[in-house]
Amino acid sequence: MTDVHEHIAGGDAPLLSVESLRVVVTGTGSDVVDEVSFALRAGEVMGLVGESGSGKTTVALALMGHTRRGLTIDGGKVLLEGRDILMPNTDLRELRGASVAYVAQDPVSALNPALKVGTQLREIFAAHPDVRPPEGGVEGRIAEVLADVRLDSVGAVLESYPHQLSGGQQQRVMLGMAFACRPKLIVLDEPTTGLDVTTQRHILETIRSLCERYRVGAVYVSHDLAVVADIAGTIGIMYAGRLIEYGQVSTAFRAPAHPYTRGLLRAIPDPARAHVLEGMEGQPPRPGSRPDGCFFAPRCPFCEPSCSEGFPLAVAIGSEHWARCRRAEEITLLPPLGELPERDHSGKRAGTAPLLEVKGLDAQYGEKPVLHDVSLNVRPYRCLAVVGESGAGKTTFARCLVGLHSHWTGEMTFAGEPLSSDRRKRGREQIRRMQYVFQNPYTSLNPRKTVGQLVEQPLRELLDISGSERRDRVVTALEEAALNASYAARYPDQLSGGERQRVAIARALVVEPELLICDEVTSALDVSVQAAIVELLHRLQVTRGLTLVLITHNLALVRSIADDVVILRDGRVVEQGQTVLDNPQSEYAVQLLADVPTLSLAAHP
Amino acid sequence: MSSRREWLVILKRALRTPRGYIGLTVAGLVVLIAIFGPWLAPHNPTQTVTETFGTPGGGNGLLGGDAIGRDVFSRVLAGGRTLLGVAAAATLLGVVIGVLLGVTAAYLGTWKDGLIMRVVDVFLAFPQLVFALLLVSVAGTHTWLLILAVGISHAPQVARVVRAAALDVCERDFVKAVELYDTPSLRVMMGEVLPNILSVVMVELGLRFTYSILIIAGMSFLGFGLQPPAPNWGLMINENRIGLVVNPWAVIVPAGLIAVLTVGLNTFTDAIARASLGVDRPVEEAAVITPVQLGLE
Repeated sequence: MTDVHEHIAGGDAPLLSVESLRVVVTGTGSDVVDEVSFALRAGEVMGLVGESGSGKTTVALALMGHTRRGLTIDGGKVLLEGRDILMPNTDLRELRGASVAYVAQDPVSALNPALKVGTQLREIFAAHPDVRPPEGGVEGRIAEVLADVRLDSVGAVLESYPHQLSGGQQQRVMLGMAFACRPKLIVLDEPTTGLDVTTQRHILETIRSLCERYRVGAVYVSHDLAVVADIAGTIGIMYAGRLIEYGQVSTAFRAPAHPYTRGLLRAIPDPARAHVLEGMEGQPPRPGSRPDGCFFAPRCPFCEPSCSEGFPLAVAIGSEHWARCRRAEEITLLPPLGELPERDHSGKRAGTAPLLEVKGLDAQYGEKPVLHDVSLNVRPYRCLAVVGESGAGKTTFARCLVGLHSHWTGEMTFAGEPLSSDRRKRGREQIRRMQYVFQNPYTSLNPRKTVGQLVEQPLRELLDISGSERRDRVVTALEEAALNASYAARYPDQLSGGERQRVAIARALVVEPELLICDEVTSALDVSVQAAIVELLHRLQVTRGLTLVLITHNLALVRSIADDVVILRDGRVVEQGQTVLDNPQSEYAVQLLADVPTLSLAAHP
Repeated sequence: MSSRREWLVILKRALRTPRGYIGLTVAGLVVLIAIFGPWLAPHNPTQTVTETFGTPGGGNGLLGGDAIGRDVFSRVLAGGRTLLGVAAAATLLGVVIGVLLGVTAAYLGTWKDGLIMRVVDVFLAFPQLVFALLLVSVAGTHTWLLILAVGISHAPQVARVVRAAALDVCERDFVKAVELYDTPSLRVMMGEVLPNILSVVMVELGLRFTYSILIIAGMSFLGFGLQPPAPNWGLMINENRIGLVVNPWAVIVPAGLIAVLTVGLNTFTDAIARASLGVDRPVEEAAVITPVQLGLE
């Protein structure tokens, strides 16, 4: 280990400076990430944002000199206090954990389930004798660290195994481990993705205050722009392995300079205002099949002929704000949400008698009660959103409705007829009129069947119609879900996430149901795709008179599409009605709305 | 990668790894000897043409003579086809029964799963060779019985492995999606579950084939398998072990062929298993897997 301190930089020099970072697929040489350059000062939090496959995690891992299996860092520099950690003489074991710390997305898989939390915390100091506090100081430091991350009752936490802690507590332990050696840089990879909004807000506050207090630079990787707007000072937006825009959060979100950033902002629902969402067509090019010129050009509404001539260079807009787009300056002048209209519910049909009535529903998993006395009505042709945090029982509720979960008591009537808890007693007609769309389109489609076979399946099972009629209805259903007939011959793994979810929706629509139950149908998708699916659902409501029950944790999404809202907490209805979001009555609803991260910067230009 | 012929894709991927092509080449050579050998044998394998345990060379042929002076080289060439044929049939039978049991148990669940698997456990309690010997010694040594005995002795082990794989598939959303239409169980098992465990079935086929060969060769060695005077490699080891000092080739060559075939097949099967798990998948595919595709939410 050579002397690190020799190179400590002066006051204004950045803590971290990444220069032309390039990561390639080992062997083939096609780049996953290239030409990524940015700098970070001590105490600053930078958000690194992008959709899945954009290379944000690859960049984050490269900051520790690491890559996933099958990738190689092929060029560029990662200068930490002036020293290039990518040089072969760097002692990465000494660096990781001590100078650069990492917080993974999922604390459940990052913590060792067989060791007590205390043991795992002490291991850090055993691994880094150079930075260990003086004799006897280890226990003191651990207590200090846990207090820093706001974990009370230090003794109890240290003696627990990870599974005895809640998700939020586990992530706090991870944060504590990351800050234990007083690192200079901390890399956070979507650390709040699995957490509830309230816990998420507390964790974000903790991260921000610790970074300020200890002058730690943080790179916060996320797909959630609202979260980044909440925590970060500067933001870098990745697209297809390139950093395409960089700037202060306030300026980059108020006046985005890259069409992709602008597109993202227009796709995200706002918890404060119900505007129409605008999805982006197409999908990012994969490594090895990227076009000449700007990678975003094929999807870009601002594309012009010159865009196919080489990837654009960075265009500086203001101090510390640049974008890799030829038309950056004119795009900054457009208000990002300018002409997006308010959501219009007036096209929906009107009805009086509730389509679905639920009275006194109690449900349990084994011995464990999950739902208590849930009563609600679903108005015909409307969209009812059932909102709650993880564990609130909303998925169980949906599964009781469709008959996937049968251990419930209470009363359900659909269009005046009672619904049996046993799916087999419901009859084909009742099954046909109520269709269900699963959360994750990557698991809900049989990978061994073509799209045509998948969409045809419910017709075969639920209706007695001829083969040619079935094929006609498959094509109609695909077209209604905004897919053309040529998709029928494809297999699910040839489709993107959004296309898969459209197939799942087409499969539900093909039997012409009256009620569609959508269980978190957008949570596995990127925001631009989410927007398109939400718009599709809204359009179907207007054109087909479909009644929708939307199960979600995303309040902004509810604002964008729902007519009625039911808030669930611990299996009980806390509040319901048409005005829950505008005028929350219960303390819980008020708190929930306050904790939702927002992009308010962009909403009010 | 298209999904329709997943087994074909996995096979191709396995053949691109050194394990895959070396394993298949080695095993393939032995299989070719077994298939074409009988036509190439220079002498009638059941006629005495040399002196007892005649050493190789001269008038005694390439590998010398056996216990009653038959040409070892001819018997080696002729002694593989029946052995491998019987082994293949027994394997197929055992895997088909095992897959049916395993998928049914996994899909039906509850007490039906318990019942099937406890019966399977009873059969598992018998060592395979002992079980097959028991059946053959009671009912006589017929080829069809040999196939049946070895096949049935495989079924419990295949059932266990297949059930474990099918349990995972049964919990997936696409199975639930089809169940929502109140689809009959048999159609769900055959249409949704089975196509998604084919890679496991492939590995079982390869693995059980090598076991079949060993069991049948072992039974022949003990005198309960394929009957003399027709040549087969397992029997040859038994017949000729008393002359091991005089003409060791009469034992070493058939034993060696069985060993080489087993090692080759196991290596190849291992390559398939790795390919289907994604351990040896090409890096360009490994690199573009996103968390969403892995089912993380």
